[in-house]
Amino acid sequence: MAAFTPATRMGLSIAAAVGVYGVSFGALSTGSGLSVLQTCALSLLMFTGGSQFAFIGVIGGGGTGAAAWAAATLLGARNGVYAMSLKTLIEPPGPLVPLMAHLTIDESTATATAQTDHDERVRGFWTAGIGIYVLWNASTLVGALAGDAIGDPRRWGLDGAAVAAFLGLLWPRLTGRDPVALAVVSALVTVIVLPIVPPGIPVLVAAGATALWWAWQQRRAAAR
Amino acid sequence: MNLWFWILLAVAAAYAIKLSGYLLPRKLLDRPVVIRLATGLTVGLLASLTILNTVGKGQAIVLDSRLFALGAAAIALSLKAPYLVVVLMGAIAAALGRLAGLP
Repeated sequence: MAAFTPATRMGLSIAAAVGVYGVSFGALSTGSGLSVLQTCALSLLMFTGGSQFAFIGVIGGGGTGAAAWAAATLLGARNGVYAMSLKTLIEPPGPLVPLMAHLTIDESTATATAQTDHDERVRGFWTAGIGIYVLWNASTLVGALAGDAIGDPRRWGLDGAAVAAFLGLLWPRLTGRDPVALAVVSALVTVIVLPIVPPGIPVLVAAGATALWWAWQQRRAAAR
Repeated sequence: MNLWFWILLAVAAAYAIKLSGYLLPRKLLDRPVVIRLATGLTVGLLASLTILNTVGKGQAIVLDSRLFALGAAAIALSLKAPYLVVVLMGAIAAALGRLAGLP
């Protein structure tokens, strides 16, 4: 029998590509003032890259723990939608659901939904999910230890790495006019409210603005 | 210690969201409203975090070498560079700016 199916191959490639950028998360996290243990706890227990970056991004910008919590949680909302579609596609047996839930992220969902038959979807989900979990956590530790050792993170351009990291997460989602407009509105709102409200809050205000924009779009579409 | 509290709360919330998708009745999450809201929030938050990390410093707007990082990352992304390369380009651009004596 073939050891690798298209789904496992895809899962492993994605795991290899994505898993290593835990290094940048680890380094940025300790650069933002979290301890190595706190950094590893986020990767082990939260395990959803966007939310983890959001959490340390708010803390690094001087925001409160509460604001970091809110940004991370809002950014994690999409995982609930992923979980729902995986439930429909895979129909997982009950005992596996708690573990599947933990591994439900962008990449495992993408790998599963890219397959056309049920068994391949299952294989794709687990290969990508477990593969990324292992690599992401290992590379987080490496990055956290390295980040701790290099001293002033700005001299090494680590704050520039954070900018690139967020743009890299955003970029693949800018597929068409609507998401681009949404991103521009959100960025503008952020810059406008930045000097007025406490650190960490601009991100939440921008999220509120995008939600309003979305509601307006909905109404306009419905009125047509 | 206070930060640990928020870390654990965020961890719990992240897991609860993931689990809820498997446990809640489908009708509730299957609505286009919910899906569009999740998509919109994701794009909006990431855009906000990108610009915040580029020009934000506490409550001030500061233009410094991070702008080079933004430009370098955008170029790398438009050339379809892998994520890690994008992050590295951002770091290198900002580090070079500082090496040249810019803020």
